[in-house]
Amino acid sequence: MTLLPVRGLAIALPILVAAALLPLGVSGYILGLLTIAYYFAVFAMAWDLLFGFAGEVNFGPTFLIGLGAYGAGILNSRYELPIPWCLAAGTALAVVGGLALAVPALKVRGPYFGLITLVAVLLLQNMIVVFADVTGGEIGLTVPDVITIDTNTNYWLALGFMAVSGVILTVISRSPAGLILQAAGQDPVVAGALGFNVAKHKIAAFAVSAAFSGLAGGLVVFYMGTASVGTLIDTAVGVQVIIAAVLGGRRTIVGGALGAVFLIAAGELLRPLGALSTFVVSAVALVVILFVPTGLLGLASLRRAQ
Amino acid sequence: MTVAVRPGSQSPASSAAVPAAAEPCLTVRGLTKRYGGLVAVKGVDLDLRPGEILGLIGPNGSGKSTVMKLVMGLEKPSAGSIRLDGTEIAGWPSHRVARAGIGLVFQHARPLMRQTVLENISLALLPDSLLRLAADPAVGERAKAIAERVGLGAVIDRRPGTLPFADLRRLELARAIARDPRVVLVDEPFAGLTGPEVAAFSELIRGFRDEGKAVLLVDHNVKSVAALVDRVFALYLGERIAEGSAEAVMADPTVRRVYLGGSIETAARPEASFKSEPLLSVAGVDVLYGKAQALRGVSIHVHEGEFVSVVGLNGAGKTTLFNAISGLVPHAGTIRFDGRDLAGQKAAAIARAGIVQVPETRELFGDLSVRENLDLGGQHLTRAEADRQRDWLYDLFPILKDRERQTARTLSGGEQQMLTIARALMMRPRLLILDEPTLGLAPVILELLSKALERMRATTPITVLLGEQNVTFALPHADRVYVLEQARIVWEGPPDRFAGEMGSKYL
Repeated sequence: MTLLPVRGLAIALPILVAAALLPLGVSGYILGLLTIAYYFAVFAMAWDLLFGFAGEVNFGPTFLIGLGAYGAGILNSRYELPIPWCLAAGTALAVVGGLALAVPALKVRGPYFGLITLVAVLLLQNMIVVFADVTGGEIGLTVPDVITIDTNTNYWLALGFMAVSGVILTVISRSPAGLILQAAGQDPVVAGALGFNVAKHKIAAFAVSAAFSGLAGGLVVFYMGTASVGTLIDTAVGVQVIIAAVLGGRRTIVGGALGAVFLIAAGELLRPLGALSTFVVSAVALVVILFVPTGLLGLASLRRAQ
Repeated sequence: MTVAVRPGSQSPASSAAVPAAAEPCLTVRGLTKRYGGLVAVKGVDLDLRPGEILGLIGPNGSGKSTVMKLVMGLEKPSAGSIRLDGTEIAGWPSHRVARAGIGLVFQHARPLMRQTVLENISLALLPDSLLRLAADPAVGERAKAIAERVGLGAVIDRRPGTLPFADLRRLELARAIARDPRVVLVDEPFAGLTGPEVAAFSELIRGFRDEGKAVLLVDHNVKSVAALVDRVFALYLGERIAEGSAEAVMADPTVRRVYLGGSIETAARPEASFKSEPLLSVAGVDVLYGKAQALRGVSIHVHEGEFVSVVGLNGAGKTTLFNAISGLVPHAGTIRFDGRDLAGQKAAAIARAGIVQVPETRELFGDLSVRENLDLGGQHLTRAEADRQRDWLYDLFPILKDRERQTARTLSGGEQQMLTIARALMMRPRLLILDEPTLGLAPVILELLSKALERMRATTPITVLLGEQNVTFALPHADRVYVLEQARIVWEGPPDRFAGEMGSKYL
């Protein structure tokens, strides 16, 4: 098995080139939307590593995103550390927090892992509100530094980050270690009997997922200049990440990117509907999940498989 | 229950095939496993030597699978020691046990469906490393060699979903070979395989022995593994009842008592004693699965209160016939129940009319208790009726009363089968269809089930249509017997004539 699917690259490369050329002909407003969509895509791809490969439903992607975002944001706003340091620290915090959650949570079987991750989000959300003097509480956190104010640079940065993340996650998922991870996710008993430490592989996957989620969360903060519970941690945001990944296709990694761009584009196109737009997007997502449970990309790869 | 152990049965010297000098590589002492109040394994002592095939046999619920799981580390023992070449491995997690040198060939494993056969085999060759991102070309070569060895050479690029059952078993075997364990545990090596496949698998398992590996085969009875094993260890209710050569164990009085029921006695009531108008009449029914004809012009009838058995081998069409009656598969021909044509009726309506089918796949609610499973069957009854019905069923299957609060998942196979039948009876069917209730059950359980059916027949006016390949189970209760062979009914008659007219051919 090659680590990068040749066919997939042949399709993805032209799309990426076209996306990179967008700033030449598209308004700054649309570029801003896509910038957010690309970071969102990384959330969704990181989530698919857990759901699609490790076989664990993480209902709290925003716990990891929030740790990365607030970790980076607080260091910058209180101690005025340079942005790269803040991002590194935020990512590390997301990994540590993710491990602190995953190590005990993966010991319990059945649906409890998902419930624990959900509770973790609520805990984080409350902590941020309670320690408002550090975190900005419900008003949100404002960071003094941003990466750049240039729309195009921000856009290219997000696009590049998404592409690199997608490649790394795809390579991991298609590597021998990724194969073991899939086996552990599908049949932990058999995987154990084949000599694989199931917990170790799942925890590693959680750490990788946490690193990408946390780093992307931090980048969003330094793109927008603010962090708030409503935009980064709320369970509704987590649900959006999950919908994006499932919509795009389970076990495909890049499906998450497609789903994220689709969700944000659809939300924007339907904006004239007002409050109804969220409803329509959710309904479309529901229809896809019900009738094409393998997602859009999953459908394509299933066709090939047969 | 106390079980007599034959003096001297502990000594494996009775088996000629075992090299006397070989030290055991796997030594199990005092192995015990309790699930709540249930003791599944009681102080089992077992030795396994390199280059030896040991058959671990026992009826359902005897604890043989539990012993296998304890050795593999899939369950933690309550007490006792398991030593592999002197290292204590009891209680280790399965991945450590696997790396220490024990492999398990699962009976039903789910391979990775999106990966090819070759990739599935390669998986087993990978080290347990997180950092292995690039594939090692040597792994692919070895995986190919293993695929050739187990007879998967021609299908290495196919996906498991497209393979027949026997090839999936080969894939399991391939993964065990890939791990190169010193001790191989094989769960029901021949379940679901045809004659030639059994021969091929026996050869592969002998290959393990010839390489000096120690092999433990876990199966229901001695007969299926007798040709292959050097020694047999018989387990019943969690304890050893016999150990020695296959012949010695088969001749053992305790084993015979556990395994063999009495001779077939039939107690048929003449057909004329029932009402002339049949309750169920099936006339000229054809069923097609794609191009394959699963039933060809089948006609049977069942009178009210009658017990009718349809015997036939696997694949003869029994389940298809029952599914046609229950409205689960489309069919040509007519099926009438209680004077009404069932054509075009939905399965739910047919069930409400009083035809209740107990499928061979038991379909219990595993997380619900015995009592809750029964109550689900009695949903449509009033409370008083449900209580009465349940009391009657507890009377019929006393073991279910003892297990009332246990979850269905924790029951043994035989108990689950009884619960499935009892749940169907809670619905107070007019016609009870039992599809292979003996599937996978050991004779001692069959006898219990058989007695329950006998009492059911004697004490209630219930009408039963039983599908079986086990003739010794199907005949004693039957008033009338049909033989189904390759989609057709080839014989009909009272059970006492079966042995004379069909027996030699069928048995």
